[in-house]
Amino acid sequence: MTLAAVGLVVAAQSSFAGSTLDAVKKKGSVSCGVSTGLAGFSQKDEKGNWSGLDVDVCRSVAAAVLGDASKVQFKPLTAKERFLALQSGEIDILSRNTTWTHTRDTSLGLNFAGVIYYDGAGFMVSKKLGVKSATELDGANACIQAGTSTELAIADYFRENKMSYKAITFDTSDQTRAGFESGRCDFLVSDQSQLYALRIGLKDPSAAIVLPEVISKEPLGPVVRQNDDEWFNVVKWVVNASIEGEFQGVTSANAKELQANGKPGQKRLLGSEGDLGEKLGLPADWAYQVIKQVGNYSESFERNVGQGSPLKIARGLNAQWNKGGIMYSPAMR
Amino acid sequence: MFSKKTTEQIECENRPSHLGIKSFYNNPKHRGWIYQSFLFLFLIGFFYSIVSNTLDNMSAQGIKSGFSFLNTSAGFDVLMSLLPFQTTDSYLKVFTIGILNTILVSIIGIIFSTLLGFIFGVAYFSRNYLIKKIAIIYVEIFRNIPVILQVIFWYTVFNALPIARESLNFGDTVFLNVTGLYLPLLVGESGSGLVYSALIVAIVSVFLVKRWATKRQEKTGEQFPILWTSLGLITGLPLLALLVSGVPFHFDYPALKGFNFRGGITIIPELISLAIALSIYTGAFIAEAVRAGIQSVPAGQTEAARSVGLKESKIMSLIVVPQSMRVITPMLNSEYQSLVKNTTIATAIGYPELFTVFAGSVLNQVGQAVEIMFMTLVIYFCINMTISFVMNRFNKRSEITTR
Ligand SMILES: N[C@@H](CCC(=O)N[C@@H](CS)C(=O)NCC(=O)O)C(=O)O
Repeated sequence: MTLAAVGLVVAAQSSFAGSTLDAVKKKGSVSCGVSTGLAGFSQKDEKGNWSGLDVDVCRSVAAAVLGDASKVQFKPLTAKERFLALQSGEIDILSRNTTWTHTRDTSLGLNFAGVIYYDGAGFMVSKKLGVKSATELDGANACIQAGTSTELAIADYFRENKMSYKAITFDTSDQTRAGFESGRCDFLVSDQSQLYALRIGLKDPSAAIVLPEVISKEPLGPVVRQNDDEWFNVVKWVVNASIEGEFQGVTSANAKELQANGKPGQKRLLGSEGDLGEKLGLPADWAYQVIKQVGNYSESFERNVGQGSPLKIARGLNAQWNKGGIMYSPAMR
Repeated sequence: MFSKKTTEQIECENRPSHLGIKSFYNNPKHRGWIYQSFLFLFLIGFFYSIVSNTLDNMSAQGIKSGFSFLNTSAGFDVLMSLLPFQTTDSYLKVFTIGILNTILVSIIGIIFSTLLGFIFGVAYFSRNYLIKKIAIIYVEIFRNIPVILQVIFWYTVFNALPIARESLNFGDTVFLNVTGLYLPLLVGESGSGLVYSALIVAIVSVFLVKRWATKRQEKTGEQFPILWTSLGLITGLPLLALLVSGVPFHFDYPALKGFNFRGGITIIPELISLAIALSIYTGAFIAEAVRAGIQSVPAGQTEAARSVGLKESKIMSLIVVPQSMRVITPMLNSEYQSLVKNTTIATAIGYPELFTVFAGSVLNQVGQAVEIMFMTLVIYFCINMTISFVMNRFNKRSEITTR
């Protein structure tokens, strides 16, 4: 009994702090927390392959660290489970359409490693209701996913506009959508991008419309544990590499060519000049592998949520800063 | 733990204690105390070190700790609340609301599962083949399906109801649709106090009459029609008060306004589905407990009762069931406790009880798992200890009194 007790105390003492980068290299794969299924962001096909914008972040990290974008283990998580899974060390990266908020960044022992999609919460209503604007929703029932920043955004919005609502919360997006379809709630609140994704999952997508109002800021990005700056830097700069790749005109098709004969900035990014990889504790061709295997930000965007996908979302805010958006990578030097 | 003392021990204890500390230690009772206090101290130290280690680790990881979060405002809506609630209210308020919602569904579940359990448990002994078979089938089906599936099943049934605008309408007073069951609410006006008092007076007098009648029957053997008298009192007195005071009540009827029904009472489908599922599931176990209890009463009791000419229904209610209670009560106790624990399944359908709303929503917004889980555990522990306490009192009364 005493022995067991001592064992427990010692176990409780051993701190979680430790290098995630080393651990990932040792086990040869990245564990990545994703959603339970959200078109365009993280979704599993019939063959069990994951794809999506969030999935591409993890695949890029695997490409940069291990040289192979397929070395990722996906762990589907509901909104409620996600932070605990990261804190407990069950996953190395949380890439699950997660909004970067002050509270999450400062009190959960986590760090946000960047923004891969600038989103905002919005409403989807059934066409039958004849509602044209969110201001007509006084007294309505809202379907919301439990444990999201959306739960807070909608409360603020209704308070601001002196309207009332009832929140019907669900654990997964499938349940949320089912609640909306059955009429349990009159409208569904979620990040706009997800509304489009949820809408194409409806039995009859044309029976629902997305209202014009955007009621909050929802910058989505990957999250890592606090106090592991090495890993934090890796994830942060992998995200930047993909954005910088687009800015510099490096694509999966021309990466090989530009690595050899590109402009200085391109060569530095692709590792044929300078030592950016080494400073991250990664191979010199880290960003080359990211762009070669996964593609730059624009390729990933169009494939998953843009024109190459059923969602057909326009770049909008998510265009490069010199093309009318706010996507901007700090300097790669 | 302490077995009966042998004569030797008694002699020992009665000897004068001139041996001082040594004899103090030799006394098994004292020694027991010493060992127990060592163990107690060890356990305290043990738990203290676990807790402080966890807190240290958390602060090293940059996770906030402490209970100050309870005063910050929640910022999200709670679907159902027995107290007035706004999104600006604190997490502490959400905690309270969660507890109340847990207690509400537990009480509903306990009442209905007990009714179902006793009905089907007794029905098992029916001489009517069909009734007996129904009782057996009920138990076998509902005991063997995981309760979470039953909850989701009832919720799905509810989801198939028409939308608010196409509600099922029962005489313009009761409405049923996918968003819930809407009932009229009885509202008391000034003067309604008289009616309430009449009701209380009626209830008290029913108790008094019952006591008096039992005493009389014990003394003289004469029976008194308690049931009819009670019914008369409980309906008659308030009715009289109602007429005297000029019916100071009106109904507030639910009506479709905008998106939803307003007015009256709303019972949300999450509550109904959860209550139905828990009652039916736990009812099946209670039916088994009742069956076991009844079987534990020797057949001789029934035969003896028959031989003195008691009616069959009286045999059940006066001879068999009271004697079976001492077997049933302890089992009921644990069934009730399971029911309370099973209310946490609400999280599958979003009924805002303690686990869903506090250990779910609040935990997610605040992230302080240790504190929140601790508070949640303590509440379930307290609710179940209360049930145990009440049931043990009840059990004491039904135990065999031996002389
Ligand atoms: N950006 C929100 C997340 C919103 C969210 O979780 N949305 C739902 C869609 S309604 C979702 O992604 N569900 C996927 C799942 O449950 O796995 C946050 O960080 O809180």
